[in-house]
Amino acid sequence: MKRLLIPTFLLVCFLLSACGPKGPATLTVMTHDSFAVSADVVTAFEQTNNVKVTFIKSGDAGAALNKAILSKDAPLADIFYGVDNTFLSRALEAGIYEPYASPLLANIPAEFKLDPQNRALPVDYGDVCINYDKAYFTDHSLAVPQSLEELTRPEYKGLLVVENPATSSPGLAFLLATVKHFGADGYLDYWRALRANGVVIVDGWKTAYYTNFSASSGHGPQPMAISYASSPAAEVVYAETPLTESPTASILGPDTCFRQIEFVGILNGTKNRALAEKFVDFMLGVTFQEDMPLQMFMFPVNPEARLPEAFIQYAPAAEQPAALSPDLIAANRDQWIADWTEAVLR
Amino acid sequence: MRRRFSDSASRRVNDSTSQRVNESTIRRVSESANQRSAESLNRRFVLAESLIRRIAPWLGVSIFLGLFFFYPLTRILALSLDFSALTADNFTLTFYVLRFTFFQAFLSTLLTLLIGLPAAYLFARFDFRGKSLLRLLTAIPFMLPTVVVAAGFNALLGPRGWVNLGLMRLFGLESPPIVFVYTLWAILLAHVFYNTTIVIRVVGTALAHLDPRLEQAARLLGADARRAFWRVTLPLLRPPILAASLLVFLFDFTSFGVILLLGGPRFATLEVEIYVQAIQIFNLPLAAVLSFIQLLCTLAFSILYSRLVTRLAVTVAPRPAETNLRRARNWREKLCVGGMALLLLALFLLPMASLPLRSVAHLESARGERTAVSYGLTGDYYAELFVNRLGSLFYVPPFEALANSLIYAAVTVVLSLALGFPVASALARPGRLEHLLDPFLMLPLGASAVTLGLGFIITFNKPLITDHWSLITSPLLVPLAHTIIALPFVIRSLQPALASIPDRLRQAAASLGASPRRVWFTVDWPIVARATLAAAIFAFTVSLGEFGATSLVYRPEYPTLPIAIYRFLSQPGGLNYGQAMAMATILMGVCATGIFLIEHLRLPGAGEF
Repeated sequence: MKRLLIPTFLLVCFLLSACGPKGPATLTVMTHDSFAVSADVVTAFEQTNNVKVTFIKSGDAGAALNKAILSKDAPLADIFYGVDNTFLSRALEAGIYEPYASPLLANIPAEFKLDPQNRALPVDYGDVCINYDKAYFTDHSLAVPQSLEELTRPEYKGLLVVENPATSSPGLAFLLATVKHFGADGYLDYWRALRANGVVIVDGWKTAYYTNFSASSGHGPQPMAISYASSPAAEVVYAETPLTESPTASILGPDTCFRQIEFVGILNGTKNRALAEKFVDFMLGVTFQEDMPLQMFMFPVNPEARLPEAFIQYAPAAEQPAALSPDLIAANRDQWIADWTEAVLR
Repeated sequence: MRRRFSDSASRRVNDSTSQRVNESTIRRVSESANQRSAESLNRRFVLAESLIRRIAPWLGVSIFLGLFFFYPLTRILALSLDFSALTADNFTLTFYVLRFTFFQAFLSTLLTLLIGLPAAYLFARFDFRGKSLLRLLTAIPFMLPTVVVAAGFNALLGPRGWVNLGLMRLFGLESPPIVFVYTLWAILLAHVFYNTTIVIRVVGTALAHLDPRLEQAARLLGADARRAFWRVTLPLLRPPILAASLLVFLFDFTSFGVILLLGGPRFATLEVEIYVQAIQIFNLPLAAVLSFIQLLCTLAFSILYSRLVTRLAVTVAPRPAETNLRRARNWREKLCVGGMALLLLALFLLPMASLPLRSVAHLESARGERTAVSYGLTGDYYAELFVNRLGSLFYVPPFEALANSLIYAAVTVVLSLALGFPVASALARPGRLEHLLDPFLMLPLGASAVTLGLGFIITFNKPLITDHWSLITSPLLVPLAHTIIALPFVIRSLQPALASIPDRLRQAAASLGASPRRVWFTVDWPIVARATLAAAIFAFTVSLGEFGATSLVYRPEYPTLPIAIYRFLSQPGGLNYGQAMAMATILMGVCATGIFLIEHLRLPGAGEF
């Protein structure tokens, strides 16, 4: 009896899924944990195109991409969204995408279009910046540092928490900002100075923000943490009591922020090419682009999309973010991380 | 008294669980005379039948683990392994990581036993007020997601935790006196916090059912209490202690979240390094080598364990737990019982208490006054759980997340018991097949979730049956993954109870005319009923709290409670943090209720075992 239980269970599951009524076509979108969208925006797309959109989330950005690469011979989905400029080359080299020159690309500024063959199309960007606790700096009559160099001054000793670039995407972005600013032969000296000045390294964003950052609900010990330029807006949107001012702000000096750009693409071998093109257009279109900031706390790449009020007031984007070409990042990322680990952690 | 059952005797009466098999065994005994006359004719048939009988209990588990564990694992390892990973640099890295993995796992296991064994003794031998509550408390950490536990430890012992703030205020200190987070101590304490319940359950159950007359006999013969304990009780407890140590050690050996969140980036176990290599660096060959080493180590420990345990196994008729229970008699015992209970209370209550507290308390500081924080009570976080503020497609109402978690847990319990019971009963009367297969059952504990997740992707991504249905996109994969993890626990909790049933009890019942069915219900069932419940609790808690594998295989429309907690904690904002704490509190509540209900389930015919 007992041994019959599992086959019966499996059989029921198979039958249940097989006997469903033949509905509209399905389009499958593979993405990472942080993807979010309003329900009515997706429903509108489904109704206009008579399609059912299914999302597969496969762990963090790195895990999701690796899964897309490993399953490229029998792709699980028609679309993959969520590869950023620090991992873009890995996706392109693996050949997971089919090119698609969407008409909507015409509107999008050239700085975001990193793949000339249009296999990966930009959707959104976010600046990884140092967030600071406004109250702490007022309390201690301390000036907010305005450049990477100032962070090594004694008055900021032990006040900064940074994520490990080997395990965290914002951590990697901040490491890349220092590589851009100090050059490949200078960044390690800078990090040694930061280490001497008591920089705190943690595994990932959750710990940095909620455990170590003093302005978050975790009330940690460090008043500066690596987060996003949009985080101050999220603090207002998700405040416990309505706020007129964010408790945090970003340091927006030259090269203190690193710009992450996220891409979407049609997976090689899709059987739904026409629908997949429509979905890519939809992601680049104004409706999705205006919905996305408050859902994912990223900035739209489409300049026609209006930013929500909270972003305009509390989340200015960096004016001179650090940037490195994806090829340069791909060629050196692992070595930079290894050298960084040797210099800062050992 | 310490007679071990000879192999032939045990082979004759193996498979105590399956009634059908039992029936035929008894019939075989009663009709042995007829059989002997027809032996030459039936010899072939009997041989085939006994072969089938030996293999049958393994069928379910072999198919299940073969399909959902060994096959995907082999495929991903075969795809990734190549000689490019065998460089000097990688060798050094592997050496350092392996050394630390062993080092922390040994220390953690030792500390867990140091706390767990006296605790098991306390629960098995003494009756005191609040006992069942304390017992419940020790079981909850096991299913808490690491991110929640890390938050709890930080609220207690972090640089801004209660202890440090209190000490700073008391002695007027400038900086926090206790450095806890990102030290080895944080890793060790968290492991003790997580795994003590394994020792309490596995060793405590065995201790509670030991025949007290053995110890009494030793005392009558002149041994003092200490000597009786060391020479009689402890030797009898060696198998359960070994079983618990193995489970604890394997859990610590493959530790991931605790190392990352409480140990910090300076520490890396094999599991952490596999994640970094496979996901961040995409160095699959090195990740495969590391996964392979981790699997080999797990296998080696399991083989060592099964060798030791067969050498030490003793069958003694188990007694109802009540016969061993008493209240503390003199002041020394009272002091010991009280002290131990207080220690456990502090270890388990303090780190967990901050979560429910934070879920109903909001901290507010006036602008520019970080030091003056005002506290207030609020139900806002719970209320907010029901609001889809931004109309998100992936919003899930708390009761739905709860229902998903409970459904997955129920399927896991049923599936792992159905698969584990036949195997555990075969293992209780081990033959050559059992000795061979036993260590492989522990392998799921040694496989990294990342490797297995990638294995699933390349194995189950093809459509099955219909064009749109593949296993990888079905919600079924979640309870399947949970069952893989829960199975070793289920088997290890059932096996000792099944092994403890002396055959002479069954034979006596049978010779007094009881039908095989009646024998099973009056002899076997009362003894294994409680162990079945303990196994069910393990499966239930493993499923409720599992995050690592779940996050790689779940469907976004059916998130579990731990997934919901992670979702809240991945965006900034006071409400998100508060909701995460509220969800964590709900998870703790559900788990406690579940354990309470399972423990108090009155199984028909079950004795107080």
